[in-house]
Amino acid sequence: MTLATGAVPLTNPTGLHARPAVKLTKLAKTFAGTVEIALAAEGPWIDARSVVRVMALKAPRGAVLHIRAADPAAVAALAGLAARDFDDGAG
Amino acid sequence: MARAERRGSPAAPGRALGRLVRLPAAADRPRRAAGPPAAEAAALDAAIEAAIAGLSALAGAAGGEAAEIVAFQVAMLEDPALAAPAREAIAAGTPADAAWAAALAAQAAEYETAGDAYFRARAADLGDLAGRVLRHLGGAAPAAPAKLPPGAILYARDLTPTRFLEIDWRGGGGIALAAGSPASHVAMLARARGIPMAVGLGHVAAAEGEMALLDGGAGVLLLGPDAADRERLPPAAAPVPVPMAGGPALTAGGRRITLLLNVADIGELAAIDPACCDGIGLVRTELLFAAGLPDEAAQLGAYRRLLAWAQGRPVTVRTLDAGGDKPVAGLSVAGESNPFLGQRGIRLSLAHPGVFAVQLRALIRAAAEGPLKIMLPMVTVPAELEAARALLGAEAEALSLLPPPLGMMVEVPAAALSVADFAADFYSIGSNDLTQYVTAAARDIAAVAALADAANPGVLRLIAAVAAHGAASGREVSVCGDAAGDPALTAKLLDAGITVLSMAPNALPAVRAAIAAHQ
Repeated sequence: MTLATGAVPLTNPTGLHARPAVKLTKLAKTFAGTVEIALAAEGPWIDARSVVRVMALKAPRGAVLHIRAADPAAVAALAGLAARDFDDGAG
Repeated sequence: MARAERRGSPAAPGRALGRLVRLPAAADRPRRAAGPPAAEAAALDAAIEAAIAGLSALAGAAGGEAAEIVAFQVAMLEDPALAAPAREAIAAGTPADAAWAAALAAQAAEYETAGDAYFRARAADLGDLAGRVLRHLGGAAPAAPAKLPPGAILYARDLTPTRFLEIDWRGGGGIALAAGSPASHVAMLARARGIPMAVGLGHVAAAEGEMALLDGGAGVLLLGPDAADRERLPPAAAPVPVPMAGGPALTAGGRRITLLLNVADIGELAAIDPACCDGIGLVRTELLFAAGLPDEAAQLGAYRRLLAWAQGRPVTVRTLDAGGDKPVAGLSVAGESNPFLGQRGIRLSLAHPGVFAVQLRALIRAAAEGPLKIMLPMVTVPAELEAARALLGAEAEALSLLPPPLGMMVEVPAAALSVADFAADFYSIGSNDLTQYVTAAARDIAAVAALADAANPGVLRLIAAVAAHGAASGREVSVCGDAAGDPALTAKLLDAGITVLSMAPNALPAVRAAIAAHQ
């Protein structure tokens, strides 16, 4: 089964930190099937539903977030959230 | 007491003078004997469940940014990946507490190697989580909320965010940490609560109860401050800044509420992140007129700065609301027997069309560069709105520009009662004046101030009527008086059909929390 893929740069000030990580994992949990993220196109890929693993990426501002998922809508949704700076303030 | 100074790093501004109170490090040492692996795994599950329940209660009580920080900790605890290494160790015969402590220590160490200070600071969150679950595993009751003497300066090696939330800070005080980080969640909480805090002070050799002066903004702790120190560094509560938490404000039922700022002094915006709000709902322009009548270029410059700060968010500028309690030299009428019922707001502007035209031109030119709206104060009859609209149209035509949207304050009861007769593009309820005119009571006369209550049913019915007209006619209705920034009134305003609230920046966090708690 092929996975849909996408990539989006992290432009919010502190990267994929606590609040964005919680938002990302909550969103990922709304989709069925594989939803994974990585900091490089070749991986390593981690489960986007695990806030522990998402935080462990320690993805800073400026990193490129790669997304792959069984459901193309999941890729679009996660990329959209990141492109909106996680609907977050500077925190 | 010998005077001594410890220098660390600033974590939250403000200064506190008080007695040092040492917060002992929690004794979280593993001490279980290993039971059968299945029993140990069950004990860990139960402890994690109990910790989640305790944190959820804390989040509910805290609200706002604090709730989000606790929500992060809950999300971590709920993720099976957090405990996975501990489960492996338990299966291999390790007691639950030792397995959990080792697993979280290893993950915290991972964060401590991060290049980014923000991620390094997350090690403290893991330490917080580790301690909470360990206390449940040890059968110990969670630490009772610490009672600090009012104004005390808490001294500890580090402080966890949940411990901060368990302490009653209403008496003020400060935080002096031997270790810690300005990027920690507890530092964010201290800044949000206006509690001065310094970190990285190193070991402080001080007796319990010794007087100390904490300068959070400088990151300095003075032990045994002398009279000169106290005079030089008087205790000063930190301004409570708008938390960085932004994003759409939603009620528990999912209703989107628009949050706007009231601005009087453009300079105050410098310290505020525009992402904290949805725009500016009320710019009071009286301050621009404080040093005489500003010319068109000076006003245009000010309006441009507002638009630049708002970064595309709407900005509503109220035309000069002189008169009443806001005299402007050379313009407002001195010596009126009752200035609140005199020539103020739009009444004064229409009486001085030359001055009014300068302000309208500056506003029209600024509106060509961004989403600026104009709002008229003290409108009483439709003819005033129409006269202003005619002036605005003429000035816009002369400038070959489009007139910006023109709205009105609803603060005169006559206007509120017949709001449908006013062809304004939007309405904003000035709850301060509306309340004092409806209740016939001035807030600044102590003997009757209690009567000037925005929650008076008569006031709320007028607000609901204006909101209903706005909803029926597709026009925005906001509240921009003090009632909008009072969390005790948020539910009443939302129930009256209000979906847009404009308030002082420091009111945002509490109102956000009140909105989130409302269905």
